[in-house]
Amino acid sequence: MRVHFKTSYNQDIRLFEDKWTLFVYSLLIILSFLMPYILDVFYLGEMTNVLIWAIAGLGLMLLTGHTGQASLGHAAFLALGCYSYAILVQKGVPFLIAFPLSSVITGVVGMIVAIPALRLRGIYLAIATLAMSILVDDVIVLAEPFTGGVSGIFSEPIFLFGMEIDRWGTPIAFYYVALVTIIIVTFGYANIMRSPLGRSFVAVRDSEVSAQAMGVNIARTKMISFGLSCAITGLAGALMGLFAGIFNNETFSVVISIQLLMMIVIGGLGSIHGAFFGAIIIGFLPQFLSISKEYVGDFIGGSAVAIPGLEFGVFGMILIAFIMFEPNGIYGRWVKIRTWFELFPFYRKGMFKRQKSFLKTERLQ
Amino acid sequence: MSLLEFENVTLRFGGVIAVNDLSFSVKKGEVFALVGPNGAGKSTAFNLISRFYQPTAGQIHFDGHDLLSHKASDVAALGIARTFQNNELFDHSTVLQNLLIGRHRHRKTNFLAEIFFTPSVRKAEIQNREMVEEIIEFLDLQPYRDKMIAGLPYGVRKVVELGRALATGPKMLMLDEPASGLSVEETTDMRWWIDDIRRQMGITVLMVEHDMGLVSNVSDRVLALADGSKLAQGTPAEVQTDPAVLKAYLGEVA
Repeated sequence: MRVHFKTSYNQDIRLFEDKWTLFVYSLLIILSFLMPYILDVFYLGEMTNVLIWAIAGLGLMLLTGHTGQASLGHAAFLALGCYSYAILVQKGVPFLIAFPLSSVITGVVGMIVAIPALRLRGIYLAIATLAMSILVDDVIVLAEPFTGGVSGIFSEPIFLFGMEIDRWGTPIAFYYVALVTIIIVTFGYANIMRSPLGRSFVAVRDSEVSAQAMGVNIARTKMISFGLSCAITGLAGALMGLFAGIFNNETFSVVISIQLLMMIVIGGLGSIHGAFFGAIIIGFLPQFLSISKEYVGDFIGGSAVAIPGLEFGVFGMILIAFIMFEPNGIYGRWVKIRTWFELFPFYRKGMFKRQKSFLKTERLQ
Repeated sequence: MSLLEFENVTLRFGGVIAVNDLSFSVKKGEVFALVGPNGAGKSTAFNLISRFYQPTAGQIHFDGHDLLSHKASDVAALGIARTFQNNELFDHSTVLQNLLIGRHRHRKTNFLAEIFFTPSVRKAEIQNREMVEEIIEFLDLQPYRDKMIAGLPYGVRKVVELGRALATGPKMLMLDEPASGLSVEETTDMRWWIDDIRRQMGITVLMVEHDMGLVSNVSDRVLALADGSKLAQGTPAEVQTDPAVLKAYLGEVA
């Protein structure tokens, strides 16, 4: 078991609690930079996809996992990020400006949308954001001069440092674009969580009444959370557009919103790790299913069988299984396994049992 | 000099009068207790001060400010901190993080600086931790510093809530039933803490409490309420023998 003997406040503040953790994460980052030399092009593409989903997951995690505001509308913000980036690039704005700018646009729109949405809570907020997700489909069709409507538009390849980067021509460079983006986003996210802003998010999630009594402005905090969440999602949207190449009103359907929410629930709500774990499941499951379908087909002695809706069926089953057996998601399970090894042989079964929660003050508002 | 002043405050919920034409004032540096049977309007008075409720009529002044012109989230900045009757802690955070939230009203950095965690944010964070560490020491919370609230016993949670309120660096501390659900030993601890908070830190304490032993031990003045109205006010001994108070608690002699 590792014991931390703290001798300075900085020790409490820093991102990695000890040298071992720092070492593990450095190794992980080095390994992800070496991925192009380890994986073939197909799997590198899949990895890129997972990274992009993870960025979107981080976006939603900030809002749902840490601020406690459920959103079923994040596909709309993916779309906004994607379209605003593509249109900016078409107008001749260089990548290094268009990419962050698309994120800022999405963030600002997210904040504006948040003003009416924040009067709602829980399931009602989910429904309102769901409506937004449905609405965006029609808006894209109606705004045809900009968005290309049903026929969609292309996201042009990235021009960066005299290099043309696109998913098919230079998959390695595109992978690095996604990787650098996610490292920056994760770093910023971790910084937020160790500063007063992150604490106020968690405060709003756990008890609005006492957050308010501690001087946290609930409306403003939720708005900032919405804005930051959408800004991150906008980045993911821009990358998704680049990854898909061409997209139209149906690319960012409600299903994507639901998948995003599922992803962070499976990964583990309220943890940065959860977004990554969830993205790995969502990103690799379709491939895993199609590969295993082939094996099953071979086994039964026929060609690969097409089963409509199989993917969603399996997703649904995984989600139900997690909610029933491990509500804290993959990250929650991982913490338990880690504790088991750290405390061996003193781990007790009841250690993570959910405690009886004491009565909360009657809700005032 | 009075720190908090209620002037003819009335609060109606439809036909129910929760607080009826209530006037009282709390002096700087004293421990002032509100007592009364359930539904007397004690917690309602707290919620009025926290600005969770808007009074139907009347004025509330705090330290020269018109409290009613401030939003609920600005009350902490005026120097009012509170605890809740049934703990309202942030269950999925550690004790340390809960206390740090108390420092929120002293936040000077904006969110952009925080995303990049600039040196000024780090400096402020270290300052916050120094303040919080003093409170941890004062309340003997060292063994629980990095423990999640969700796993702590009720008595400890009460103390953490007191610590979180103290972390805001208040002028006035409102304690909503600080001893409810505590063991005899824990109640004694609470009594000494309230005494120390007043004497060492010079913080005015306004509390709601049913445990008359605790009330008479720590408070300078007591206000007894029933059905939203003032019954009696005075020293603990005076109020405890007041005929109107006895009648409200015990009923009339047959």
